Amino acid sequence: MEIALAIAIMALGAVVLGAALGFASIKFKVEGDPLVEKIEAILPQTQCGQCGYPGCRPYADAIANGEEINKCPPGGTEGVQRLADLLGREVKPLDAEEKPKQLAIIDENTCIGCTLCIQACPVDAIVGAAKQMHTIIAQQCTGCELCLPPCPVECIRMEVIQENIDNWKWKYPVVEIKAAPISASDTTGGSGGMKEAA
Amino acid sequence: MLMNLFKFKGGVKPPTNKTQSVTLPIAVAPIPSRLVVPLHQSIGGTPRPVVQAGDKVLKGQLIGEADGWISAAVHAPTSGTVLEVAMHTQPHPSGLDSLCVVIEPDGKDEWIARDLVDYKSMAPESVREKLQQSGVVGLGGAVFPTHGKLTASKTVPMDELVINGAECEPFITCDDLLMRERAEEVVRGIGIFRDLLQPKKVLIGIEDNKPEAAAAMRAAVEAVGEDFVVVQVPTLYPAGGAKQLIRVLTGKEVPASKRSTDLGVQCFNVATAYTAWRAIAQGEPVVSRLVTVTGNVGEPRNYEVLIGTPMDELLKLAHPHPDTDGIIMGGPMMGFLVPDRRVPVIKATNCLIAHDERLFPPKAPEMPCIRCGACARACPHELQPFEMYWFSRAKNFGKTQEYNIFDCIECGCCSFVCPSRIPLVQYFRFAKSEIWAREREKNAADQAKARFEFKQLREEREKAEKAEKLAKAAAAQAAKKAAEAAAAAAAPAESAAQPVAAEAAAPVTAPVPPAAAPATGDAEKAAKMATIEAAMARAKAQREAVQPKNTDNLTPEQQKAAADIEARRVAAHLIEPEPAQPAAPPDPKS
Amino acid sequence: MFAPAPFLLKDVSVSQVMIQVCVALIPGIAAYASLVGPAILVQLVIATLAALIAEALMLKVCRKPMALFLSDGSAIVTAWLIALTFPPLAPWWLIATGTAFAIVVAKHLYGGLGQNPFNPAMVAFAVCIVAFPALMSQWPSVGLQLGLIEQMNIILGWAPRVDALTGATPLDAMKTALKLGDGSFDVTTLLANQDIYGNFAGRGWEWVAAGYLLGGLWLWHRKLITWHVPVAFVASLSLISGALWIYNPSQFASPLFHLLSGGAMLGAFFIATDPVSGCTTPRGKLIFGAGCGLLAYIIRVFGGYPDGVAFAVLLMNLCAPVIDLLTQPPIFGMKDKA
Repeated sequence: MEIALAIAIMALGAVVLGAALGFASIKFKVEGDPLVEKIEAILPQTQCGQCGYPGCRPYADAIANGEEINKCPPGGTEGVQRLADLLGREVKPLDAEEKPKQLAIIDENTCIGCTLCIQACPVDAIVGAAKQMHTIIAQQCTGCELCLPPCPVECIRMEVIQENIDNWKWKYPVVEIKAAPISASDTTGGSGGMKEAA
Repeated sequence: MLMNLFKFKGGVKPPTNKTQSVTLPIAVAPIPSRLVVPLHQSIGGTPRPVVQAGDKVLKGQLIGEADGWISAAVHAPTSGTVLEVAMHTQPHPSGLDSLCVVIEPDGKDEWIARDLVDYKSMAPESVREKLQQSGVVGLGGAVFPTHGKLTASKTVPMDELVINGAECEPFITCDDLLMRERAEEVVRGIGIFRDLLQPKKVLIGIEDNKPEAAAAMRAAVEAVGEDFVVVQVPTLYPAGGAKQLIRVLTGKEVPASKRSTDLGVQCFNVATAYTAWRAIAQGEPVVSRLVTVTGNVGEPRNYEVLIGTPMDELLKLAHPHPDTDGIIMGGPMMGFLVPDRRVPVIKATNCLIAHDERLFPPKAPEMPCIRCGACARACPHELQPFEMYWFSRAKNFGKTQEYNIFDCIECGCCSFVCPSRIPLVQYFRFAKSEIWAREREKNAADQAKARFEFKQLREEREKAEKAEKLAKAAAAQAAKKAAEAAAAAAAPAESAAQPVAAEAAAPVTAPVPPAAAPATGDAEKAAKMATIEAAMARAKAQREAVQPKNTDNLTPEQQKAAADIEARRVAAHLIEPEPAQPAAPPDPKS
Repeated sequence: MFAPAPFLLKDVSVSQVMIQVCVALIPGIAAYASLVGPAILVQLVIATLAALIAEALMLKVCRKPMALFLSDGSAIVTAWLIALTFPPLAPWWLIATGTAFAIVVAKHLYGGLGQNPFNPAMVAFAVCIVAFPALMSQWPSVGLQLGLIEQMNIILGWAPRVDALTGATPLDAMKTALKLGDGSFDVTTLLANQDIYGNFAGRGWEWVAAGYLLGGLWLWHRKLITWHVPVAFVASLSLISGALWIYNPSQFASPLFHLLSGGAMLGAFFIATDPVSGCTTPRGKLIFGAGCGLLAYIIRVFGGYPDGVAFAVLLMNLCAPVIDLLTQPPIFGMKDKA
């Protein structure tokens, strides 16, 4: 009798808890992004193919299937770190040299208007017509360098994007503060700062 | 007039150091040897230069044209010759360069023709435009284009117009002196704002450590015959922050996520009102401003300074002591050390403080945070600075946003009270600019991805079209061969198919796919097939002839233009990212 | 050479804060010394030395700037709290070990100043009362007046620790009496007959508590602590003890007794207000203080230890991060939505 009671109690507990779990799994269901989407969101979308895949999406697919996470030079060490955090994998040193962000520039005097770079550009950032000079839309250039090899006259060069007042960032505070003044309100773009009413 | 004042939480009381620079009246600074006028002096678009080296300019002549609505024009501060339009070091904490117009004064200080108008006869819209063209921006330090703030919310009635004469930062006295000496023009300027915004009442807030300024403003309000209320507010830094002053005078709290007009209130600085009046009534654009020169100098004083005056030349007027080791632009709580003493005075420059170690002793070493909460008690926005500090330090930027880092106004109260002497504000600035940079990168990546995907789509479509053409050509050829083989009733078909095949095959250089060559075993059957195919090919050729064949032989430029249109359509969710150009009609064989 | 804005800074520092905490402890220490003799001063010295040595050692191991951190005074505050919570005639090595444990394990192994999740002094107390229960409950009987030399001899172990030397704290006496009680026992009569039980009639513990109260009020006046934790602590302790006292005054002592005995006042003003291991939001501080008071009462009345403040504070330290997270105050301009 006692055994039967114990079993009944346990069974009842199991039913109640099971129902609660089932309810929770429906009620609090997380409509999570599929893994590939999350990986792709971390990749820099330069579409440069330096990872050995024809674009960021294929590399994201490959990572989801177990490919190494350190093959994306434009993403840099930080990208590897974020992928490692997402996937719970070990952080590995980048499988290439980390470069600063670059921009392709066409020397317009040397350009012969062959359109080869236009075909190579993964993001359509180069404009121009056959036999006419080409130029690069700076905002859309991802710095992937894919336009460099096809150019028959080597008129494209990569330039590191220099810091200017618009993209300048406040530096991480250090205890040893140097004479260079690092402080105070931004005169041109600081939208978050307190200003006396203008 | 008794008024119920409100309090904001937090705030600090640093030594004000204001008395040194109020003993002497405002002096007009002499025209310097060279003026470097940066084009980007206000928030918003960078004005475009409209002069070039060698041009003669008159005082008040336009040299930079406003770019977009949130942008304000820039003018020549005096008459002279443009030496160059070039990159020069900016009075900006970064010490980076930006485009400037360099003017060599001719000493005549000759004004351009000024049109004196009665603004009451102008439409509100043209008053705003006039303010933009005169380069009127917020002179309290934020340099937001004033015309952009002069539109009331469409849904919320304007209750109060708050005029900020609080000037809470230590050392700075330029607004104080302006109100003492030029109160009437300030009041008339406020009148313009009042007419544009139509508020129920106008409140002028002045900290109670400036009784002379308050008295002068009261007298001016009476003299002009306005009903503005001059209110003395308790001296407590940062009572002169726009949001704090609005809180003190109206009890309303404007969060970072809202505009003040959404709460029926707007705030302007007294100096802005002054320049607005000069611009509208006298036709004088903003070419000078009042600057307090103080700190480690022999004769602290307020000067009316031409925009573009090199700071070292201005500082010399006040006889700096020889141990001066830097210039702070702005106040000691929110200002910054200029990267180079020769950088120009700009519209945002309200104060120059000669820096030395006696006035500003070097900071003791930083200690770990002991979570004492002094920063949280001092924060006027009731944030938890020490929590934001942990996360900024750890570069956990998502968490800093959860603790409302973008509500931080960088007033420096938390750093001021920190017993561990942690540069808290510095951490918050770092975190904010990192978050902004990441946002920019994310947007760029999203755009690149969209463009890449579109390009892939387009290439696939082009490939499909090409394959289709090949198939057509093959079909036509097959039809021809079959027709020859069956030579009987195929004569009309042949005559029709041949030109079509020739035409379709012309641009195709690739070899005919082997699958296209039919086995011609049974002649009769083949002839039948050929007849059908030839007919189909003919029909297709006819259809194709009437279709605009704009997808073939496009120049890259046209392709790009089409691609751009496509991208915009996709972006606007007008269409699915599908080929929208008139595609070739479906081929039953392919 | 140049610091970033703000260029003006208030003249405050961590060491100033810590020194003021030490100053605020002086009235309590004075009352304590007059109650139990100069032994307590000896203990303070022993604890301070042990703390500084342990701190210096750990700073060296962690390669942190020695002069800067040694002078911040935080180790001294920890040392003093240990000396004031341990029995005044405890052997020197017990105090020294406790202090070293507090500094090395509870503070530096967690990352040093500002990083410790638990109050180091209370960790030392808890560890020692578990490890050395007998030594940690030998309190000198108040009537016993020993000179400095005699007390030194006991502390340093040169004189035998005779049982006769030790009396009971009010809390001890109460608990023992209640346990032995056969129903005939009555708290009221017990309290009425003894000086030490906090009726301000003679040389009793209530004066020590009053000294801490005075120091605590001074800290509040100096704005080094806010009112939230002490008020919540005192209120919750008073409420629960008052409720049970009204329910059965013969079995439960009055709120006044509980407030003035043991570590209640020291805990309310000096231990639970430790900002590093406690809560930081105003509402969080109220919950933290109330939790400390409640748990202290439960442990001291129903638990196995003579006083519950140390365990109460440690338990609330555990909850502090969650409490802080859940009690974030609304920010400027967002109050209607909160």
